Amino acid sequence: MKKNWPLWEVFVRSKNGLEHRHFGSLRAADAEMALENARDVYTRRMEGISIWVVESKDITASNPENNGELFEPAQDKVYRHPTFYELPDELKHM
Amino acid sequence: MSEKEIKNLEEIFEARIARDEKIEPKDWMPEKYRKTHIRQISQHAHSEIVGMLPEGNWITRAPSLRRKAALLAKVQDEAGHGLYLYSACETLGISREEMYEQLHTGKAKYSSIFNYPTLTWADMGAIGWLVDGAAIINQVPLCNTSYGPYARAMIRVCKEESFHQRQGFESLLTLCKGTPDQKNMAQDALNRWWWPSLMMFGPTDDESTHTEQSMKWKLKRKTNDELRQQFVDQTVPQAEILGITIPDPDLKWNEERGHYDFGKINWDEFWQVVKGHGPCNKQRIKDRVSAWEKGAWVRDAAIAYAEKQEKRNQEERKAS
Ligand SMILES: [Fe+2]
Ligand SMILES: [Fe+2]
Repeated sequence: MKKNWPLWEVFVRSKNGLEHRHFGSLRAADAEMALENARDVYTRRMEGISIWVVESKDITASNPENNGELFEPAQDKVYRHPTFYELPDELKHM
Repeated sequence: MSEKEIKNLEEIFEARIARDEKIEPKDWMPEKYRKTHIRQISQHAHSEIVGMLPEGNWITRAPSLRRKAALLAKVQDEAGHGLYLYSACETLGISREEMYEQLHTGKAKYSSIFNYPTLTWADMGAIGWLVDGAAIINQVPLCNTSYGPYARAMIRVCKEESFHQRQGFESLLTLCKGTPDQKNMAQDALNRWWWPSLMMFGPTDDESTHTEQSMKWKLKRKTNDELRQQFVDQTVPQAEILGITIPDPDLKWNEERGHYDFGKINWDEFWQVVKGHGPCNKQRIKDRVSAWEKGAWVRDAAIAYAEKQEKRNQEERKAS
């Protein structure tokens, strides 16, 4: 039998009020072991209070080759930003 | 892709790095960049893993619970460093098994320092102080390197290294303040670890082959000789605090340069160890391979259990 442990991505919430953030990856046989290993590998110094693990193959990622069509259209939509609008100086707190 | 197109992509790529942009796993990159990074990151990972062996040797014989807890935590950190780096390296398209294979067959290198034996308890102090000290100097600039996953791994590694060096220094300091025998033991450890530590920065600049390319890709920010000088300058005053003598009769402050001058390194010894003829090269790989092989049944059992569990879950889902 020559089967290798799959790759998992680890997300850690460092404290309540903050989102889970990608911390790195690791190898584990199943989800439970991935959680235990994530605890040992990524939270040895109180770096977290909650962990998510997701098998890497289950993540769909955008391809940098498509970055043009995906992200460039936002560049010419300046009217989505507050500074686009010209307002008189005497207007305060807006 | 035509040669011209590749050339064009390469120029865009180099310009991105020059602008301090990071390269991420799915970005296009020149084959040479990928290969160089696989080599450097995997060697770095192997060094962390093999680096556990000389220290693991002393865990059961630590002189107190405090020292034992510290050493155990340090060695566990090194395992963690290896794991961060292996996963960073995997993003470049090499599998973990391939990297292990390269280590176990002697195809891949790791830091030569770990091919020296740890003869006394004082060696644990000397390793933390000197070897981790040298590693920090080598690693800090890498927190800013161009390959994103490597830089992120290095940031985590560097945060953890400081404790390694401090616990080593504290341990040596305790010996130096102890009985004459204890102090002699500390001096003996310094005598044996000093020169190999200087070699950790690699060959001299005129002998070092890929410095220029590495500088461009931010795998290096300073040359080997500059880093070595930095290490000597910061370590000499620390040895004075310990009250032990660095084994180099040529070591002295150079007012003009504003640096310490130091003696000639035995590069023959360095190349001997790199080529596999150091005191412990064979032992280290043997121990590593044996640990891997003895763990095989555990890895297989874990996979078998995961598959059984998965099948059971599927059946339950079908039934409900
Ligand atoms: Fe380390
Ligand atoms: Fe370390």
